[in-house]
Amino acid sequence: MSGFLSMGGYASSVWPAVALTFGIIVWNVVAARRSFAAARAEARRRVSMEQAP
Amino acid sequence: MDWTWFHRFGSPPHLYGLAGKLTPWFAWPAALLILAGLYGGLALAPPDYQQGDGFRIIYVHAPSAWLSLMAYTWMAAAAAIGLVWRMKVAHAVAASCAPIGAWFTVAALCTGMLWGKPMWGTYWVWDPRLTAELVLLFLYLGYIGLRSAIEDPQRADRASAVLAIVGVVNVPIVRYSVEWWNSIHQAPSVMKFGKPSISWPMLTPLLIMFVGFTLLFVALMLVRARGEILRRERQSRWVSEVVAQ
Amino acid sequence: MSDAWQAAKLVIERDLRLAFRNRGQLLHPLLFFAIVTTLFPLALSPEPSRLRDVAPAVLWVGALLSSLLAIEFLFREDAQDGTLEQYALSGRSLTWLLFAKTVSHWLLAGLPLALMSPVAAYGLAVSPDAMPGIIGSVALGTIALSLLGAVSAGLTIGIKRGGALLSLLTLPLAVPLLIFGAQATARAIEGGNMAAPMYFLGAFAVLGITLAPLAAAAAVRISME
Repeated sequence: MSGFLSMGGYASSVWPAVALTFGIIVWNVVAARRSFAAARAEARRRVSMEQAP
Repeated sequence: MDWTWFHRFGSPPHLYGLAGKLTPWFAWPAALLILAGLYGGLALAPPDYQQGDGFRIIYVHAPSAWLSLMAYTWMAAAAAIGLVWRMKVAHAVAASCAPIGAWFTVAALCTGMLWGKPMWGTYWVWDPRLTAELVLLFLYLGYIGLRSAIEDPQRADRASAVLAIVGVVNVPIVRYSVEWWNSIHQAPSVMKFGKPSISWPMLTPLLIMFVGFTLLFVALMLVRARGEILRRERQSRWVSEVVAQ
Repeated sequence: MSDAWQAAKLVIERDLRLAFRNRGQLLHPLLFFAIVTTLFPLALSPEPSRLRDVAPAVLWVGALLSSLLAIEFLFREDAQDGTLEQYALSGRSLTWLLFAKTVSHWLLAGLPLALMSPVAAYGLAVSPDAMPGIIGSVALGTIALSLLGAVSAGLTIGIKRGGALLSLLTLPLAVPLLIFGAQATARAIEGGNMAAPMYFLGAFAVLGITLAPLAAAAAVRISME
């Protein structure tokens, strides 16, 4: 296990690269969902404004 | 020829619903494949005979670079369809490709730099692939910049579509000219190692990652495209029906 | 002379006449080029061998930046006073008219830059033998640059503070021109064979002539909607 973590001496390159890519994937998932949710909320606000009067 | 399928396919409510239904079918396989590919690449694949375990960065670097180029191609293709057939949903797809592609260009650049540190002894050398990737990032930023600078959404769609098409003609030219540039300015061999010689046990996780990243891109694009469709269709009745639910 | 040629000739004549009435705008990019190429020896060193090494880079980066200044004005006034709209409504191909406009722009910006580059090169300790090659490479490279600029200028019509955006759009697309242009100039300075990079610059010019006016016309139409 420690051999796996040390990556044959390349741990300082391999793990940051993996972590960074993983972070960007997660961020993209969050950002995509957020962008959709924002568009939906905005559309909903518009609809309720039209129905109000 | 009967074109009704095309118009039905291009109708915003239809695509909005379809994208919603399809998203999990891309997202979950993408998650599974990426996790499997990472495990295979980091734990199962044998170390490279020259670079040892350092080569394992390829399992995150190459798929990111692939996604960054694929997103640009999709963006330009969707932009062309949107421009020719005046199709709103195509512009929605093009608009959603840009941020995803830009982010994975950043991922490819940073992982390439982290790979460069043990290989070249420094984070940045003007390696042709990295340089081309950097230019690609600027192309993405120009696209996003143009889009956000134009207030009228329809004009923004169409103007950025022209830019995407001009850019996609340019991408291969940039690629080859950068390689040519690199070949005439032969840097005094900075590369400590040769290219990794890829064997099947190494290649399999990489292919899994490529498929996983492709599915991931489609899933991300579908989620964003739904939002973009809503933004473009705010006045339509179907939107109020969908949103009211 | 056919109608289309006549129309192109009129567009070019009009642009040239207007430009010579407003010489300041014509001279600004050239002055900018002169100043930028002067700054490098001051920042680097007056030593001729070092200057000669960086001369292609200085000349081409300077040319690229100063033609960006010129591109900013390519459509601005014509868009503001409605001339572009008249072109679009004239019944002639907007593509063709914009191509003519690009030709006049090259005559007013690219060609003077090419003719001025030997002066800047001489200041960078380049030997006079290299001058014809330098003029040729800058003249050929700026053809494609003008065409590329026409597309991005068309896209940024009517955008407030479009200047920075214009550079962001144009410069990444101009990377191949910079690479081959600087290489052609470098070979001219070394006295080497310029054929390969010049062929590439020529190919870009041809590609630009075939595609860029179409894209520029589409961009202008969209911007005027």
